Amino acid sequence: MSTTIPAAPPSTPARTRPHRRAPVTDRARKERNLGWLLAGPAFIAMVAVTGYPILNAVWLSLFDYRLTDPAGRDFVALGNYVTILTDGLFWKQFGVTSLITVVTVSAELVLGFALAMVMHRALYLRTALRTAILVPYGIITVVSAYAWAYGFSNTYGFVNGLFGLGDYDWFGGTWSALFTVCVAEIWKTTPFMSLLLLAGLAQIPDDYLEAAKVDGATAWQRVKRVILPNMKAAIMVALLFRTLDAFRIFDSVFIMTAGAQGTETLSFLAYRQTISRVMVGLGSAVSVILAVLVVLIAVMFVKVFKTDLSQQRGDRK
Amino acid sequence: MVRHRPHRRVAGSALVLFAAACALSGCGGGEGGATSLTYYIADAAQADVAARCATESGGAYTFDIQRLPNNAAGGREQLLRRLAAEDRSMDIVSVDPPFMAEFANAGFLRAFTDQERQEFSDGVLEGPLKQSTFRDTLYSAPLYGNTQLLWYRKSVLQKAGVDPSAGPVTWDQLIEGASRAGVTVAAQGRRNESLMVWVNALVASAGGSILQPGSENVPADQVEAGLDSPAGAAAARIMHELAVSPAAPAGFSTAGEEDSRAAFQAATGGFMVNWPYVWAAMDAGIEEGSLPANFKDDVGWAAYPRVDAGTESASPSGGLGLSISAFSRKQDLAVEAIRCLADERSQKEFMISAGNPAALGSVFDDPDIRAKFPMADQIRTGLDAATPRPVSPYYGDVTGAIQTAFHPPDSLSPETTPRAANDLLEAVLSNERLI
Repeated sequence: MSTTIPAAPPSTPARTRPHRRAPVTDRARKERNLGWLLAGPAFIAMVAVTGYPILNAVWLSLFDYRLTDPAGRDFVALGNYVTILTDGLFWKQFGVTSLITVVTVSAELVLGFALAMVMHRALYLRTALRTAILVPYGIITVVSAYAWAYGFSNTYGFVNGLFGLGDYDWFGGTWSALFTVCVAEIWKTTPFMSLLLLAGLAQIPDDYLEAAKVDGATAWQRVKRVILPNMKAAIMVALLFRTLDAFRIFDSVFIMTAGAQGTETLSFLAYRQTISRVMVGLGSAVSVILAVLVVLIAVMFVKVFKTDLSQQRGDRK
Repeated sequence: MVRHRPHRRVAGSALVLFAAACALSGCGGGEGGATSLTYYIADAAQADVAARCATESGGAYTFDIQRLPNNAAGGREQLLRRLAAEDRSMDIVSVDPPFMAEFANAGFLRAFTDQERQEFSDGVLEGPLKQSTFRDTLYSAPLYGNTQLLWYRKSVLQKAGVDPSAGPVTWDQLIEGASRAGVTVAAQGRRNESLMVWVNALVASAGGSILQPGSENVPADQVEAGLDSPAGAAAARIMHELAVSPAAPAGFSTAGEEDSRAAFQAATGGFMVNWPYVWAAMDAGIEEGSLPANFKDDVGWAAYPRVDAGTESASPSGGLGLSISAFSRKQDLAVEAIRCLADERSQKEFMISAGNPAALGSVFDDPDIRAKFPMADQIRTGLDAATPRPVSPYYGDVTGAIQTAFHPPDSLSPETTPRAANDLLEAVLSNERLI
């Protein structure tokens, strides 16, 4: 029970330890082995349940394969990818997905930051406040999508009544339908963003802010010069997580518009080909492209924006 | 002792997890013994009939009822996924007729024998029977047939200057009359299966067909569409004209059957095309108090509107058939159960509780049915004239392409839509384009 945990965040007294440590002690090796032993089963299970389907999807994407016609399965190499990338529908839906991602993530960042500040600074009812802010995130996306679909409905929704819009049909036009989808997404996931940002806020030592105050910095200057620079890592991680999530948006679109009025996203394209049309090959190819795009986004964040994922764990230098 | 405890706890937790997973996913489902049949139902009222049949069988069989999603596309997807995975826990499945060919072609359904075919088609109306057979084999025992009627509010007829009770009316007359009277013509403009139903009825009423005849027997990439025709143009024209006319209810491009009913029941309601279930649904509205007690006195019905004044309309065809999974291990017992589930008494019960018309002609002569459904004769005539949606092993692609090409209705054009729809449909079937 009393063994030291190797990955403990280095605190001041531990500073000297690396000097005393031999290259690899027996004990360290044993601990490393124990680590593998403990993590091993989970690692194997993860590879089995994620690795196999991914590889299988890549393999299937090379075939013209309809689930209801297994005998007609043909190897078409990269034919499916050519079909997808030369179809205007793919690029249109790529545009819609990107638009939804940019709009929702930006709005969530601003709102999430404001909510994080509120949660951080609240003097009274802290727990109640935090719980209240997190409630939307605890709601299943499908349920929240239904709630907003009913809310924006032109027959029994509250939105039209509240703003005196009569029987305006939100889901009848591309822009208004996309607006409703974005509202549902932002409402649902802003709490997640604020939670990640709150973790970043909590890491800023109060001394910094007090020092700034003593130096005569205004509230805005403190936010801009002290809080934001010190939260950069947390903000980037929050943006990365949300962007990856937002780019795969499916539930809200599926429930609220069923993809009508040009609101289909890339996940919807994969669903339509794989589940509705049972064109497993073509659908797998769309999924593979979607996965590659998601990886590219992650790489862009890590390499270009230098997002340091370890910062989120509190391993500060 | 102390050392063992964690192991035991882990083992215990694993057991609990496994049990919970089983309870949630229903693993080992349908294992309720050799006499338990897993029955996938599409309508809650099927469960009541099933309960009676199980009791009457004297223990010969019981049902494990599984409910399918309440929209046609969702039901198709769930059945398709499970059948493609050769799920042996499925015995009797409720199949929406347009999807039957796709399942049958893939070998997912057990074909009824000649003797069974005789038994299950005896006395069944033409429309429901036609859509239960594929390549001259019966794959579904018709449980109910369905067709749309034209519903109207008697109080608006004079102002609109159209009288469907005096003889057949055309879509153009309805749109013009409703616009004049300031009332609506409710139809299903939502992009789902109901849009396909409307397009098919319009194309067929204009004397055309979405797929060229004989297309059910050729590979997907050789299927030829029939939309680039005067019939396809007529369909696009009528849909567009209604959508942009003052007679279109609010939210026309997102309105399904229930939205249509709401529009019809509203103060500006005038005309509506819809399935006969609306009649039973209006009763519910009256009971709840959301509709005045005498509402139904103002409601009339007539044959589905025509496209050309001189050509009889081809009303939409729907319904439900009971099929047996080809992977079921209790197929004979399932046939036995269907004998009860789809017999005359069951169809009558089902028609009364769910409002869905029977597939057997004799049910329409029943005094109880005639009392509850004053339009029984009209439905029966409609069922005989109903034109099924295209019979195709690739129906999923066909309906998907049509729903994409014919939506939203206000953007359609008789000049460009038919050709674009034709090209899209053929390209999708040839795996050249996405939908």
